[in-house]
Amino acid sequence: MFNDTLVDIQNLHFNYDGRPVLEGIDMKIPRGKVVAIMGGSGCGKTTLLRCIGGQLRPTGGMVRLEDQRVSEMSLAELYDLRRKMGMLFQFGALFTDMTVFENVAFPLREHTDLSEAMIRDLVLMKLEAVGLRGAHALMPGELSGGMARRVALARAVALDPMLVMYDEPFAGLDPIALGVIGQLIRKLNDALGATSIMVTHDVHESLMIVDYIYFVSQGKIVAEGTPDEIRASTDPFVHQFVHAEVEGPVHFDYPAPTVVREFLGGGARG
Amino acid sequence: MADPLSPIRKLGHAVVDRIWRLGFAARFFVAVLRYSGMSFRRLPLTLREIYFSGVLSLLIIMVSGLFVGLVLGLQGYETLQRYGSTEALGVLVALSLTRELGPVVAALLFASRAGSSVTAEIGLMKATEQLKAMDIMAVNPIARVVAPRFWGGVISMPLLAALFSAMGVLGGWLIGVVFIGVDDGAFWSQMQSGVDFRYDIWNGVIKSFVFGVAVSVIAVFEGYDSVPTAEGVSRAITRTVVTSALAILALDFVLTSFMFRGTS
Repeated sequence: MFNDTLVDIQNLHFNYDGRPVLEGIDMKIPRGKVVAIMGGSGCGKTTLLRCIGGQLRPTGGMVRLEDQRVSEMSLAELYDLRRKMGMLFQFGALFTDMTVFENVAFPLREHTDLSEAMIRDLVLMKLEAVGLRGAHALMPGELSGGMARRVALARAVALDPMLVMYDEPFAGLDPIALGVIGQLIRKLNDALGATSIMVTHDVHESLMIVDYIYFVSQGKIVAEGTPDEIRASTDPFVHQFVHAEVEGPVHFDYPAPTVVREFLGGGARG
Repeated sequence: MADPLSPIRKLGHAVVDRIWRLGFAARFFVAVLRYSGMSFRRLPLTLREIYFSGVLSLLIIMVSGLFVGLVLGLQGYETLQRYGSTEALGVLVALSLTRELGPVVAALLFASRAGSSVTAEIGLMKATEQLKAMDIMAVNPIARVVAPRFWGGVISMPLLAALFSAMGVLGGWLIGVVFIGVDDGAFWSQMQSGVDFRYDIWNGVIKSFVFGVAVSVIAVFEGYDSVPTAEGVSRAITRTVVTSALAILALDFVLTSFMFRGTS
């Protein structure tokens, strides 16, 4: 697929309380590209992202970032590696007791010895990149959802990371904010020369900005391809997901006994 | 059919769960101590927590201390009058406060005012993924968030207990000397001769330090271990207040039995 791989995942398994969440994931994330991991809620997308960031230890298989095995690192080694990573959380996860400026300055203050003047310039540049330089003195509680996500994006790229991970970056945003965030992800990735992994279930926005897509269902990769390949795919799962259909391989209803059994006796009781 | 062993199984689960949690709390405490370096290398982090835990608790501690002193003055005078030794009111008030009421009541108030707020803050940081965000930014949340709050509480507690006792003595003096008319000189001189610095005051300081450690570690642990939902954080706050109160009273008994055993 691609020659220069930044993240290489091989036969990844993860169990939670004995329940399998990831079952033999194989994935390659090429350097410099924006890759989306898509799938329904609870399919293991975020768990996969946490395994890549070393926040969860897989129960089997391997995650390799550059030439380092993330799944076998000590905490100190992980922290060294994470200085080269950025992550945008679903709802921003901004520090609520700090201003927008302080939030973006946080990784710079923690990991560098830069002067205050330099930190100020860098923070304002990052905020300018997301269009929020004028909001630097606001508190997170004063921001809209879209603005908070942009501030979090500025914070995630404050140290010019080589890998940026996005956990549901479009969740709960209005169409305008959604478009703005999507374009920012693409532009920042290209401008920084970074690599981006985006966990999302927003198909249409993702197809416009990503280079490659993996579809995950029930802990396995069920389809993959470029946006054009995905659009043209006749795979039942991809078709159901892209066209938001109720009927298909992904069941909408939670498993339950038949209605007849439930209501006429013999079913589960509350 | 209901499983007849179900209640025993549930009890077993509950016991194992408690023991597991106790072990986790002990490991967490060791981790807090291990990652405490940043709290002292970057003093503003700890000073900020001393402000939030200590300075902002000043009002409730001082007002409560004053009222406890006023009540002690009234009750003490009433009792001492029966034995014709009202001039000993000063020493009675001072010993009650420095040995017991100062450390214990100040710690109970501290747990309710500052402990609950630390639990809520850490719990909400967890619920809104701020701790995870910090971790992924290669900043250890135990070193950056938990340890400064722990040390802020540990440092504040003895100072607050001292202030509580001082305000209590002032309250006892107000009631005894100003309102009832106990001799001013006798009040202070009896106190001066009857209170031993090492035996009474220093032991009180040790008590308040131990209570500070207990309340602070309970508060930070409950916040860090809370279920990251509104209900989970609310339960964690309740556990902080209840567990702290029980720990303070139990530790007070243990410490008192060692400190004041078989003497005066």
